[in-house]
Amino acid sequence: MSDEHTPATDAPESGAPATLTVERWSPGADVVEVLRPPAPGTGRSAWRTFVETARGLKTTFGRMAEGTNTIQYPEEKVPVYPRFRGRHKLHRFEDSNLEKCVGCSLCAAACPADCIRVVAAENTPENRVSAGERYAAVYEINLSRCIFCGYCEVACPFDAITMGHDYELSDYDRGDLIFTKEMLLAEPLERTPLRREGE
Amino acid sequence: MTLALVGYYEAWWVQILKAIVIFAVGLQLVPVVLIAERKIMGRMQGRYGPNRVGPYGALQPLADILKLLTKEQFRPTTSVGFLFAIAPLISILTAVAAFAIIPFGNVQHIFGERVGLYGVDVSIGPLYLFAFGAIAFYGIMLGGWSSGSKYSFLGAMRGAAQLISYEVSQGLALVGVIITAQTLSLTGIVTAQKGMWYFIPQFFGFLIFLTASFAETNRAPFDLTEADAELVGGYNTEYGGGRFASYYFAEYLNVLVVSGIVTTVFFGGWLLPFGIHPPGWVDPIVVLFKMSLFTFFFIWVRATLPRLRYDQLMSFGWKVLLPLATLNALVTAILVVVTH
Repeated sequence: MSDEHTPATDAPESGAPATLTVERWSPGADVVEVLRPPAPGTGRSAWRTFVETARGLKTTFGRMAEGTNTIQYPEEKVPVYPRFRGRHKLHRFEDSNLEKCVGCSLCAAACPADCIRVVAAENTPENRVSAGERYAAVYEINLSRCIFCGYCEVACPFDAITMGHDYELSDYDRGDLIFTKEMLLAEPLERTPLRREGE
Repeated sequence: MTLALVGYYEAWWVQILKAIVIFAVGLQLVPVVLIAERKIMGRMQGRYGPNRVGPYGALQPLADILKLLTKEQFRPTTSVGFLFAIAPLISILTAVAAFAIIPFGNVQHIFGERVGLYGVDVSIGPLYLFAFGAIAFYGIMLGGWSSGSKYSFLGAMRGAAQLISYEVSQGLALVGVIITAQTLSLTGIVTAQKGMWYFIPQFFGFLIFLTASFAETNRAPFDLTEADAELVGGYNTEYGGGRFASYYFAEYLNVLVVSGIVTTVFFGGWLLPFGIHPPGWVDPIVVLFKMSLFTFFFIWVRATLPRLRYDQLMSFGWKVLLPLATLNALVTAILVVVTH
């Protein structure tokens, strides 16, 4: 505003009366003129009500032709992004089929919701489960407590646990939401579409 | 002294048959309006509306009604039992009674009998309508009051004030038509529109009547009796199950009745434009088609306009609509006297 505003010229130094030559003030491009509605109870306001009602009716009628934006959920799903944090997955080495998890409990330590329980056990030559010295004898995630922050994934030194894409996790029983190692290791049902590049 | 003449000339069994047919048709139309409203409003809001029950969701109203009817007849301890039970019945009774006088066609010859395609052709058509409209207000009023709940009470009081305010304008808007047609019989009004449908000479009367009808049926934007935002559900807050279904049924039947009255009074009832004279059995189809257009308009307006504030409702009714309706009746009267 001050850019456009021309300041009043300095008053003459002599005692002559100050003549202010202020140019016409221009509000500039970013000032919008406010449209005032007509005063209520006048003919103009009644006409405006009528016209605006008709305009509103036109808008809603036009919406009918535009079609719907509904996603028919159980049949149709919103695709998730590749880094979407859904249900956890535990991984195995592809060649040796050994579990990646060595039972270090770093995920449990990192978990802010305290929902991961790990009980480690020693690998023996007869019973070799993981690639490291120890393995997770018990690995449970209580998904009713999990906040899906992904800290477990970050904390894991062997990339043994990652966040999957599955978000359909409702169940009838709280106990069924405690996922065991077998459930987390199992190849998850591909229920969730993945968002393609640029979608 | 006769208060009203009824153009009875049918045999008693024809009249009973007629009553059953009209009631059945009304009963079948309400679920259609229910599903139509939800579908059309859905489309206007960028969604589908109900589409899970039956093909394209067509059985949704049936599912709704079935669910409501199998629910417990709950009654609050603070309610007044007798009135609480009877109020929804008053609502439904008046709606059905008003439906009886809508003419669906002219007198036909069926099985050698002369049958008028309407419940009754009373010589006091609009008065009959307003009489039942006034009783319908007891349904809302008693229901709200006897619930023994603050929200219901407030909703009922608003409803009372609103119905009284807008009934005046509605009545006066019809006066113009009655003066022009010089009859109070609805079939008479239709036959008087042979030359020109009354929405052209009575355009302002038509607009006023339509606006007041929105208030009379408690539909948006005048649905202050059940203003969900501030009154939970208004007069029917405490109702559930079958009684709530009755109120719901009455509301939608009232929409149909008003659509029928607008069709009859302003849009030539069963008459077709351009001098087309179809056979008699087409008449009810024409009337139903015209009615469906106005029912669509009711739904359309509900999807468009926000609810009025209470003071806006009152000032609009008394300061705008009533003077306009009076002026319309006066000007019509003067014109009729001058031209005759």
